[in-house]
Parts: sequence; C-alpha cells; structure tokens
Amino acid sequence: MSKDIKIKKGLNIRLNGEAGKTLSKAPRSRTFVIRPSEFHLITPKLVVKEGAKLKAGDVIFYSKAEEKIKFVSPVSGIVQKIERGAKRVITEIVIEADQKDDYLDHGVASIVSMDENEIKNHLLATGCWPFIKQRPYDIIANPDIKPKAIFVSAFSTAPLAADFDFTLMGKEKELQAAVSAVSKLTDGALNVGVGKNSKSIFEGLKDISVHTVTGIHPAGNVGTLINKLDPVNKGEVVWTISPQDLVVIGELLLTGKFNAERIVALSGSSVKNPKYYTTKIGSEVSTILYTSGLNEEHVRIIDGNVLSGNKITPKGHLGYYTNTVTVIPEGDDYEFFGWNKPVFNKLSVTRALTFSWLQPKKKYDLNTNTNGEHRAFVVTGSFEKVFPLDILPMQILKACKYEDLDEMEALGMYEVAPEDFALTEFICVSKQPHQDIIRKGLDLMYKEIG
Amino acid sequence: MGLKNNLHQLKEKYKGTKMAPAFNALHTFLYLPNETTQGGTHIKAADDLKRTMNTVIMALLPCLIYGMFNAGYQHYLALGDIEAAKGFFGSTFWTWDNLVIGMWKVLPLVIISYGVGLAVEFLFAVIKGHEVEEGYLVTGMLVPLIVPIDIPLWMLTVAVIFGVVIGKEVFGGTGMNILNPALTIRAFLFFAYPTWMSGDKVWVHGAVERDQLIAAGENLDAISGETILGAYAQNNAVVYDYWDMFWGLIPGSVGETSKFLIIIGALFLIFTKIGSWRIIVSTLIGALVMGLIFNGVVDAGWIGETNKFYGLMNVPFWQHLIIGSILFGAVYMATDPVTASQTNKGKWIYGFLIGFISIMIRVFNPAYPEGVFLAILLMNVFAPTIDHYVVQGNVKRRMKRLKIKTN
Repeated sequence: MSKDIKIKKGLNIRLNGEAGKTLSKAPRSRTFVIRPSEFHLITPKLVVKEGAKLKAGDVIFYSKAEEKIKFVSPVSGIVQKIERGAKRVITEIVIEADQKDDYLDHGVASIVSMDENEIKNHLLATGCWPFIKQRPYDIIANPDIKPKAIFVSAFSTAPLAADFDFTLMGKEKELQAAVSAVSKLTDGALNVGVGKNSKSIFEGLKDISVHTVTGIHPAGNVGTLINKLDPVNKGEVVWTISPQDLVVIGELLLTGKFNAERIVALSGSSVKNPKYYTTKIGSEVSTILYTSGLNEEHVRIIDGNVLSGNKITPKGHLGYYTNTVTVIPEGDDYEFFGWNKPVFNKLSVTRALTFSWLQPKKKYDLNTNTNGEHRAFVVTGSFEKVFPLDILPMQILKACKYEDLDEMEALGMYEVAPEDFALTEFICVSKQPHQDIIRKGLDLMYKEIG
Repeated sequence: MGLKNNLHQLKEKYKGTKMAPAFNALHTFLYLPNETTQGGTHIKAADDLKRTMNTVIMALLPCLIYGMFNAGYQHYLALGDIEAAKGFFGSTFWTWDNLVIGMWKVLPLVIISYGVGLAVEFLFAVIKGHEVEEGYLVTGMLVPLIVPIDIPLWMLTVAVIFGVVIGKEVFGGTGMNILNPALTIRAFLFFAYPTWMSGDKVWVHGAVERDQLIAAGENLDAISGETILGAYAQNNAVVYDYWDMFWGLIPGSVGETSKFLIIIGALFLIFTKIGSWRIIVSTLIGALVMGLIFNGVVDAGWIGETNKFYGLMNVPFWQHLIIGSILFGAVYMATDPVTASQTNKGKWIYGFLIGFISIMIRVFNPAYPEGVFLAILLMNVFAPTIDHYVVQGNVKRRMKRLKIKTN
C-alpha cells in the first residue's frame, strides 16, 4: 500500500557548497573514535581496557541498562585511550587503527530461514542494534518491545545533506538483505519514503512499502514520514533506521563482517572542493577536510547537517550516524545596525526589510551568527508555517519548558524527535533552542513515564 | 573600527555584573551582537525580535507624523484661523504652522512615554538580571498615539509607570504579560482621570485652556472639539463627511484619526508577515456584524428616534470602521502577539469578538462612546481560554486516533 505524501509547510534552506556528485576514497584515518554521548541515554559499560587489541566488529562496550545492546569497533587496532570527563563519564574511546582491517567473522546469515528472534539476536550480538532507533524518545530501540512499524526515509531535504540516491548507488544487495531481515521484526510494514522525482534504489526492493514524498524540507525527515503515514499513539513504538546504516546491516548479514564503511558528503560554503568521500564511521574529519581544502580559517565544522548536526573541532572525528559533514564560516562578529538595516544576504521567512522573498532560488552563505539575542517567546503563528506535523509547535515547546507531563503527552510528545523542531528553531525570532527544549522534555518523560 | 572594538572590550568588562543588561541593551542597539549558535541549529534566520518590533514602529510612524499635523490643524481650525482642508492633500493641512504645534504637543508625549517606560524596563532588567527586551519599543510608540493631545505630562508619567509595572513586569516582562501594556496605560488614564480622557474638550489642543479662561470671565468663544462618536452618542448632527473621516481630518486621539494611513500600515504589516491578518480581518468582520445587527434593530422599528441609543445604532454598519478607533485597535493593538490568541483558529475567534464587543460597547456605553480598548483588554483576558479550547481540539484528534486503534 503505497501513499503519495505532499509536504507544503516547511522551508528549503538553499546554501552554497553543495557536494559535487564525485566520489573519492578518503585517506585511511590514523585513529578512530567512538563517543558514547552520541548514543543518547546509554551508559556504557566497557569490556576492553587501554592497550587491548581489537578486530573490526569486536565489542567495546555494552549498555549498562540493557546488556544485550553491544557497541563494536569500526576498525581493527589497539585501544589507545579512554577519555573521561566530569564524574568519570567516558567521553571518547580512541582506537589506533591498523593499516588494514582484520574482521571478526560472524558467518553468513541465512535470512530466509531465520525467524524474528534469531534475527534480533544476530543484530544485537554483532553490534548492529545501535543503528535501530525508536520513537517515542528518539533513542536506541528497546529490543524487548515489538514495534508497530519501521520507518526509513531515503529522501534528503535537509540543507546540504548527502543525497541518498548517490550514496546508496550499487548497494541493492546489501539493502535487500537488510530490509528482508529487519522487516521480520515488526508485524506492521517497513515503510520507506523516497523522493517522487528521484530514481530511488528502494523502488526495486522487496519486503517494503515504498511511499513517494514531494515537497520542501522537512519532507525528508523520518518524523514527517511517520506523522503522515502512521503516527505514534500512546503505548505504541515505531523504529527508524537510516538508509546508510541499512547498508552496514545488510553487508554484515551477507558477509558476516561488520564493515563500517560509508559514503559521506563533505559540503558547505567554506569547503573548496565539496564532494563525496568513502570513509568509515569514527574517522578523523581532517582526512577529508585536507583533501578537499578550506576557503577560510575561521570555520564551524559540523558533524551532520547545519540544522541538527554536532559541532566538532578540526581534530574531531565523524559520528556514528553521520553521512554529512558541513563546514560553514563562524559568525562571531558584530554588525553595525544589523537589526534594522535591510538584509539581502541572509535567509528570512518574513519580509521585514529582509529581501530573501525576492529571490526564492538564491543560494546563501550563512554563518553561525545567531542574528539576535535570546528572548522570551513573543511572535506567534510563524512556526506553524514551517511545521508540517499535526502538532501545535509553540504549545508543545512551552509545555516542555514548564515540564507539564500530562500536557506534553496530550500534545503529541510521543511522536516527535528534536530534529523535527530544527526549522522552527531556525526561524525563531526569539532565538530559543527548540531542539534542546524538546530533547530535555523527552528525557524528562522517559525518566518519569519510561 | 575603533568604536566596535571599544564597545566589545566594555562588554567583556561588564560581563556578569549587575549593569550588564543595561549596557547590552544599548550595545545591541548599535551592533548586532557577535553571538554564535551553540548546539541546535548552526544557522539562524535573519530576523530577531528587534527587527520584528522595528517593523511595527515603521508601520506606526506615518500615523505619528500625521497626528502632529492634525494636532495643529484641529487647533487652528477650531480657533477659526484657517479654512477646512479639502481632502488629504488640502492646502491648509500640511503646513509648517500645524507641524510646529503638533511637535510642541506630541513630541513631549513621545519622550515621556519612551523615557519613563524604558527607565522602568532597564530598572527591572538590572534588578532581575535579565536582558532588556524589545517589547516596549512598540508600546512606547503606541502610547502617545492613543491619548488626547492635551493630556498633562505628569498623568502620562504616572500611567506609564503603572502600565509597565502592573501590565507587564509583574508577570515577568515581555512575552509573559496577559494585558496589552499600552492599553493598560490607557485604561489607567481613563479610570483615574476620566475628565481628561473623554468629553468634547480634550481632543483639540487649547480647548480646555480656553474653557478655563472663559470660566475666569474672559470674553471668548468656546472651542468645540467634539468627536464624531461623541456627536452620534448625543444624537447631535455630525459636521464631517465620510472623506474627512477616512483621511483623518477629524478630532480624536493623536494617532488614530487617519484611517487611510492605518490601512497603509495594516497592509505593510500583513505584507511583511509581522502582523496577523487573521486578527485584523476577523476584528473588522466582528465589527461589521455587530453594526449590521444594530442597523437591523433600527430597521425593524424596535428603537425609535427618541431613544438615546438611536444615533449610534442608526450609523450605517460600514461607517463604524471609519469612525472612532476600531481600525487603529484592530491593526496595532489586537494584533499584539503576546496578549492575543496564539493559535491560528483562536485568532479568528479572538478578533471577531473584539470587533463585535467594541461596537456593542460603543453603542451602549453612555459615558464614553468608544469601546475598542475595553473590548481588546477583555479579550486579552479571554485569549488563553480561547486557546485552551483550540488546543483541546488538537488533543482530541489525537485521542480519537488512539481510540479507533484500540476498538
């Protein structure tokens, strides 16, 4: 049962520095890093010590709360350092990589004959489970609760995000293996959203329901897909997986090896030669930055896209879920009378002496300046124009701020993830941190309701 | 850029001190700050609250300037020194003499409104340790436009302090208030000093003074500054034609007389997407509906010509929009996003009721024939209730979805 989804409310943020459709192999990174903070609400329990020798696919740590969920090394090498922060929380696990990867072999899985439990246990044992996330709460899926459906969005609309049609090219076999296996984990459908005007690799695959999506960002967010197809009600759980992570799962099922390889888009107006790279989870970001070159010194390097990625340093590493690295100029400078003079070089959804409405197709060089200070919520009615879900954005944000659990639940907190509020955060004239407010709200609900 | 660096160093010096908010308020007035995004989205749209508020002020400026000319025009017209201007570009309206009187009378109102109001804001910001928020920029511009021209400045000072403290700061400042601060100031003036806020003497500069001179025994003609609403309410003949009302060549509060300029301001606010067209349109619809009902009552013969409400009830329904301050209220006051309904559906209901109740008060209130500010304040109070029911609609849809599933 395929559906046509049209998204009219939203905003396409057009930026300069789109990654060109050429693929290079990134130089092999010397060190690889796993940051446990990327696995939200997971407390890591280490199984290796500094100096331990690892194969690619060896377990590094597991979740303290759910021992079945294991996290594995993307490469073979030696555990060089375990960095700890305040209260001895593990912040980074640094692995010094071998020249060539030596893989732990899990054996080829016979997907057709395996049942639900066998597949689940296989994914848990091989370290593929962290790729599966759940809603409510936008955290790694609880393996003991069967989801009503699984959602994959293969349509990228976020600014400068990697194009899945390009990064998934030639991965039919892996994707087919992954979706055939994963679809057994739910009684419902494995829903895949693809761009209507693109030739998505998913259209030829079995065991899935393909839905075509058209429209502006956040049309490509998986949260939008869920809300339009089968929204999460109280007591229900859905899972979400990224297409590039399905490739890793598929390869593991087909070959028995945890191959952390993925194609990453390096984009942004500060990049001299924005393009795609084949690299691995946890690689040093400098490997691709130096290859492409930067236009300027003072930049913000973002692991992810400009709306919901994480800031990293030039010495930092790619994240576990990342398929985009964006580099844009920092904006820590003053602008004389910047608040009232006409604005031509910045994006705006109003026409308050901002003239971006004159050139809807123009691409911008936006920097990290907040363009104003943090204020209380004042303006109403603007968020709704960029928010396609059937949820009242301002009201749910306020409910999160005053921590009213009943109201948060009633207003649809089970359906949302921080990423769904990226556009409202972008246009907010009061410069409120919407994604952070939603994250804290979800954490509070998880703690109180579970 | 010496100034930029010097200010930056001062900002760093004051960081964390009590005076930081006061300094930052002045600093950010000159420069868009050097703040960058931390977590969340790494880029932000161009608009901030200052730009939003500034847009509203730009929409108000024509009304202010017109108000200055009109103050002088009404004064000289009442004295019989000049001929009535014919139309918006009448030769006796846009004169230097009119402007001088207007500036002499109106600028002090503006200075008091901003000076006193911002002083209170800065004081609270320093005491409470929060930044000075921009809300008052608009309030400060609205206040001089909605008071009579001859209002004593000390009254305005007292009212502004009351309005900012009780109307806004006690709730936590901009964004948290329930009542529109500008209207709170006006309501305070109206109930504390009613003789200065109504009647037929306060709307034209010099009329009160002239009355006092006459009372003292001088042989002078009294100045009549009766507003159109006043005339209707007393069942008197109205001396102005529709075009006078539309262009604004009539007595009234400083900035609300020119319907023509208010409409231009409204179009500007709607075009810039700063003002809510839903509220503006629904307020006007509400006013027209109430006007039609009254017209119907008169047509049905239920109200005779001798009835004291006859004058206002018999006003053709569309004419309600060009007399009094309903248009000014709908465009600049009802649309205040903080005190209005916050949901799109709620805005329709909220606006409609403002228009509806405004005309109702206008017709039935014998003491003071303008009800717009009371209607807006009343609906400010009810806006959260309206929103509550709209939000419940969304919640119910979600509950229903769950029910269908479980059945």
